[in-house]
Amino acid sequence: MVTEASMRENILATLPRLRAFAISLSGKVDRADDLVQETLVRALTNINLFEPGTNLQAWLFTILRNQFRSEYRKRRREVEDVDGRFAESLTTRAEQHSRLEFQEFLQALTKLPTDQREALILVGASGFSYEEAAQICGCAVGTVKSRVNRARVRLAEILSIESADDLGPDRETQAIVTGASSR
Amino acid sequence: MKGPKPVSPGSKMNIADSLPGSNGTLGRDVQDVIGEQLRAMYNDLVNQAVPDRFTELLQRLDKRDDEGKH
Repeated sequence: MVTEASMRENILATLPRLRAFAISLSGKVDRADDLVQETLVRALTNINLFEPGTNLQAWLFTILRNQFRSEYRKRRREVEDVDGRFAESLTTRAEQHSRLEFQEFLQALTKLPTDQREALILVGASGFSYEEAAQICGCAVGTVKSRVNRARVRLAEILSIESADDLGPDRETQAIVTGASSR
Repeated sequence: MKGPKPVSPGSKMNIADSLPGSNGTLGRDVQDVIGEQLRAMYNDLVNQAVPDRFTELLQRLDKRDDEGKH
């Protein structure tokens, strides 16, 4: 049995990454925070199921991911405000240029199918191996690899469509214009 | 209206130029750009302050565990 104090410290240390995962998955800060809270409650009530010595971060990410997926199925029919609210509240501390870039990138990210999005975030941002990501998503390693590849191709398509058709060659300047008016 | 002048440290997006056909794999450069952007976004999120309610929640549950033990 792991002592509660060290367990709490370990969970605390994981919180920023857990929350970043939740925000990039859901695209909304308030929803992400609900996800994190629910994940913490579930984790602590099931702490006896955690095997000491295994990857705590992966365990927490798995809980959050499953929570997100089951909510996603429930809320599927709701109209999602993908472009608006979340981007505003998201990066208040970031510099102006970064904010615009993030906004554009996150919008593109939320257009990906959920299974591709989660695979790309886990491997490309959260720093999990393909094997760990496969465990978290409950699928085969090869499936994760192909999802990540498809996610990259799709993202490139989304970003280039916007850059070629909507934004023209001077993408940076145009991004500011469209970013400010939010379409 | 022009906004503030953007500064882009080495993250030029020339994705349109290096896209494959409709189904191929991506060029290294495109993958790198996407990877960079993804990590930059994610790191910004990781560096945001975590709401106090989470640490409070952990402390509360921790205390409860301690009480249960004695």
